Amino acid sequence: MWADSIMAIGVNHKTAPVAVREQLTFAGDCQTPLRQLQAIDGCDECYFLSTCNRVEVLFVSRDPETTLKAVRKFLFSGTSLSEEEIDRYSYLHQGQDAINHLFLVAASLDSMIVGEPQILGQLKQAYREASDGQTTGPILNRLLHKAFSVAKRVRTETNIGGGAASISYAAVQLARKIFGELTGKRVMLIGAGEMAELAAEHLVAQGIDHVLVANRTLERAATLARTFNGTAISLPEVVNRIPEVDIVISSTGATDLILRRDEIRPLMRQRHNRPLFLIDIAVPRDLDPMLNTLDNVYLYDIDDLTNVVEVNKSERAKEAASAERIVAEEVLKFRQWLENMEVAPTIAAIRRQGEAIKEQELAKTLASLGNLSEKEKKAVQGLAASIVNKMLHHPMLYLKTDCKPDEKKQKLDMARKLFNLDAAPDDGSSGMQ
Amino acid sequence: MSDPLFQITLFAYILTTAAYLVYFARQNNKMRTVARAMLLGTGLIHTACIVARYIEAGHTPLTSNHEAVSFFAWSMTWGFLSFRWRYDVKNFGAFVTPITTALMLVAALSSRTIHELAPALQSNWLPVHASIALMANGFLSLAFCGGLMYLLQEREIKYKHFGLFYTRLPSLEALDNLNHHSVAIGFSLLTLGIVTGSVWAKQAWGTYWQWDPKETWSLITWLIYAALLHQRLTVGWRRRRAAIMAIVGFLAALFTLWGVSFLLEGAHSYVG
Repeated sequence: MWADSIMAIGVNHKTAPVAVREQLTFAGDCQTPLRQLQAIDGCDECYFLSTCNRVEVLFVSRDPETTLKAVRKFLFSGTSLSEEEIDRYSYLHQGQDAINHLFLVAASLDSMIVGEPQILGQLKQAYREASDGQTTGPILNRLLHKAFSVAKRVRTETNIGGGAASISYAAVQLARKIFGELTGKRVMLIGAGEMAELAAEHLVAQGIDHVLVANRTLERAATLARTFNGTAISLPEVVNRIPEVDIVISSTGATDLILRRDEIRPLMRQRHNRPLFLIDIAVPRDLDPMLNTLDNVYLYDIDDLTNVVEVNKSERAKEAASAERIVAEEVLKFRQWLENMEVAPTIAAIRRQGEAIKEQELAKTLASLGNLSEKEKKAVQGLAASIVNKMLHHPMLYLKTDCKPDEKKQKLDMARKLFNLDAAPDDGSSGMQ
Repeated sequence: MSDPLFQITLFAYILTTAAYLVYFARQNNKMRTVARAMLLGTGLIHTACIVARYIEAGHTPLTSNHEAVSFFAWSMTWGFLSFRWRYDVKNFGAFVTPITTALMLVAALSSRTIHELAPALQSNWLPVHASIALMANGFLSLAFCGGLMYLLQEREIKYKHFGLFYTRLPSLEALDNLNHHSVAIGFSLLTLGIVTGSVWAKQAWGTYWQWDPKETWSLITWLIYAALLHQRLTVGWRRRRAAIMAIVGFLAALFTLWGVSFLLEGAHSYVG
C-alpha cells in the first residue's frame, strides 16, 4: 500500500507564530534543501515548499517512520526549538491526510486569505525545482499534477477567488468597474499614509498613467511622488487639480473636510462629466459625504470599503465549503489510483484490456466473415486468444519478477502508461506551463 | 411555408432566451457558448423565415404589424450579433434576447394574413424606407438595453449594495461605450429613414412632409437622440444622463412604431 508511504511535515501560519516560522527560513533556491532531503535514507521522492506563510516537506518513503525522524531533524536543525515545541508548532500528515493537505494548500483553502491565488504559483515553482533536481518520482509527479488540476477545478467551479479580500484590492476592483481599463487614468493622493501608498501601488500596477501627491509637508509628498514617477503638489492646489484626475485617495490626519460638494460640483462640468472615483480612507473623514450625491461621482469611505471586503470574505467562506467537497472527491480518486499501483491490480487491468480488445475484434471479424462453420469459428477465436496471450506473456513476467520497492514503482508506472490504464490524464501536463 | 418557419423561429427565440437567462444566473462559460451558438442559429432561421414570406407575398414583407415587428426583432438580433463580433459586453445577451422574444410574441399575436400591396405602397422605396426605419429601431433598442444595464450597475456601485448585477455586468465605461455606439448607428439609420421617407412622400403624395402623426413622432424621436448626441459632444452628457436619454428615446421610438399606428390615424397605418 503506497498511501501510507506519503507524508507531509511542516509549519504554517496556523500552527506556528511568525517568530517560529522565520527561524525556518531557507535562503536562496530549493536545490540545497532538496539535495539534503534526497540524501536521507529511505526518502524515495521528496519536494520542498518554502513561502512566507509556510515551510513544508512532502516525501514518499518505504520506511516512513525512520525517514520522518531524519526529515524532522533536517527541517528544524537551524532552530532553537525543543522536541516538544516542534511537536506543538508543526503539523504532520500521513497517507490520505497528506494528500488532502496538499490539495487544500494548492486550492488556497489553507491560505492566510482563503482563495488568494499566489500559493498555486509558488507550488508550481517548488515542483519545478524538485523535478529539475530529479527528487520526485512517479507518485509525487502524479500527486502534484493532480494538485494543480484540483486547484484549477476549484477555481473554475467555485467562486473562491471572486471579490477583493483587502481594502486596497477592493478599491482597485471598484475602479475597474467604474473605468473599465485603468490605463491612461490619473490618480491623486491626498496625504501620504501607508494605506494610500499601498492602494496607489495596486493602481499603478493596473496601468495608471500618472500619480499626483499632495501633502501637508511638501517634502514627504515629493519623496512619495518620486517612487511613483509622479508629481508633488501642495494641499491648497488640490481643488484646482481635480479636473485632471480620475481617482482620488485621501488619507490625511486633518480634522476638517478637504473637499466639499460645492467645490467639486462646478468642476464636474469642466471635466465633461467624466466620472470621479473618490476614496476616503481617513478617520475623521476628509471628503464631504454629500459628494456621493453628485452625478458621476462615486465616494467610498473606509467603512464602505471594509464592508465590501467583509462581504467578499464571507462569500469566500461559503465557497470554501463546496471547494472542500471537490478536494475530498479528488483525494478519493487519487487513493484509487494508488491502490491500483500494485502488481496484482495492474496485471488484472492489462488482462481485462486484452480481453476487451479480443472480444471487440472478434465480433467485428466474425460479423464480416458471414457463414462460418462451428469449427472455423473456433479456430478464429483460438487465434485471437493466443495472439493476445502471447503478446502479454513477457510484460506479465516482467511485472511479476521481484525487485526493490523503488524500482517496482517505476516499473508499474511505466506499465500503466504503456497500456494507458489510467485513461484520460487530463490533469497531466495541463497544470504545468 | 413562412408560417411554420415563423413558429420555429419563435420557439428558437424562446429557447435562446432561456439559455441566456440560465447563463446569467449561473455564469457558467459552457452555457454562454451554447447560448451564443443558439442565437446565431436563431438569427439564421429568422432570416430564412423573412425570405420565405417575401417569396410567398411577392413583395417586401414590411407592410403589416406582424411583418414589421418580426423584422424589428431580426434587426435587433443581427445588430447584437454584429456587436458581439466587435466587442464583448458581458451578459448583454440576457437583456437583449428577452426583448427580441417579446417582440416575436407581439408578432405572433398579430394577424399573419398576407395582404395585397395597396397601390400607394407599390414602390421601390418601400423596402428601402421601411427596412432602414426598422433597423434604426433595432439599434436604438440595443442602446435601450445598454442604458438599462448602465442604470442597474450604477445603482449598485453608487449605493454600495452589491447584488445581482455588480459582478455580472461589465464596467460602467464599457456600458457607456456600448450605449454611444448603438445610439450613433441607430441615429444615423433613423436620419436616413426619415430622409428616404420624405423623398418617397414627395413622389407618392407630392410633398416632402405633411405632418402625418408618424412623421411628427419620428421627428420627436429624432430630436431626442439628436439632443443626446449633441450634448454628449459639447458638454459631455455621458453615462447616467446618456443612459436615461437612451431609454426615453427608445420609448418615443416605440410610440412612433405602435402608438401612432394604433392610437392615431394617418397615412402610415398598416393595411388590415
